[in-house]
Amino acid sequence: MPMVNIAGKEVEVDEEGYLVDLSQWNEDIAKYMAVEEKVDLTDSHWEVVNFLREYYAEYQIAPAVRVLTKAIGKKLGPEKGNNKYLYELFPYGPAKQACKIAGLPKPTGCI
Amino acid sequence: MSDMDEMDDGSGVVKKFMFLNRKAPHGTVYALEGLEVVLITAAFDQDVSMVFTDDGVYQLIKGIDSKGIEVKDFSKTYRALEGYDVEKLYVDQASMDARGLTEDDLIVDVAVLSVDEMANLMAEQDVVISF
Repeated sequence: MPMVNIAGKEVEVDEEGYLVDLSQWNEDIAKYMAVEEKVDLTDSHWEVVNFLREYYAEYQIAPAVRVLTKAIGKKLGPEKGNNKYLYELFPYGPAKQACKIAGLPKPTGCI
Repeated sequence: MSDMDEMDDGSGVVKKFMFLNRKAPHGTVYALEGLEVVLITAAFDQDVSMVFTDDGVYQLIKGIDSKGIEVKDFSKTYRALEGYDVEKLYVDQASMDARGLTEDDLIVDVAVLSVDEMANLMAEQDVVISF
């Protein structure tokens, strides 16, 4: 699998650019992935990325987008737990893009 | 008619799917693969129930530590099922008894069913898939 150099560190990614070993994740990697995805990281983006990392730590999977939306709504409020808000932050799919930035594998059931 | 049209015709159909888990969590890939299929089925808004029987009941026990065999501990993922609206989890009474397990040993809330109750439940399903 391809190796990329991120902030002086060699990391392995899969064919679609997802981080292979999520224990390597750090903010530099998140920023690198965000540039790849053409996402300009703001505090709102970080909120979702950090939420995903917590979700993964608790359940060992990356959530499907419907599940992510519902869970964000519960934790951060209904104004954030909807597709419009999440797609504005991550136009090519919140589950797909935000998971990549968070260093998680592509969500199961992501179609 | 294109394939796309046929797919559209199929949307909105909800079938009753039962996933039968009979094997221990590690050693074979059945438990993990079965769990992934359940998550995908739930993403298509189907009516999903999961049954754990025979060594399959070990998939749900608390305190699994898979570090020594260098595989992911996916037992935590069963707790995510509720978020996927998969809330019908059943275990077989006889399988629990034979292994000295009670509901308190399990990481999620389940309904414990007798063989007869399980047979009735199975008869109600449109699709039964065994892992």
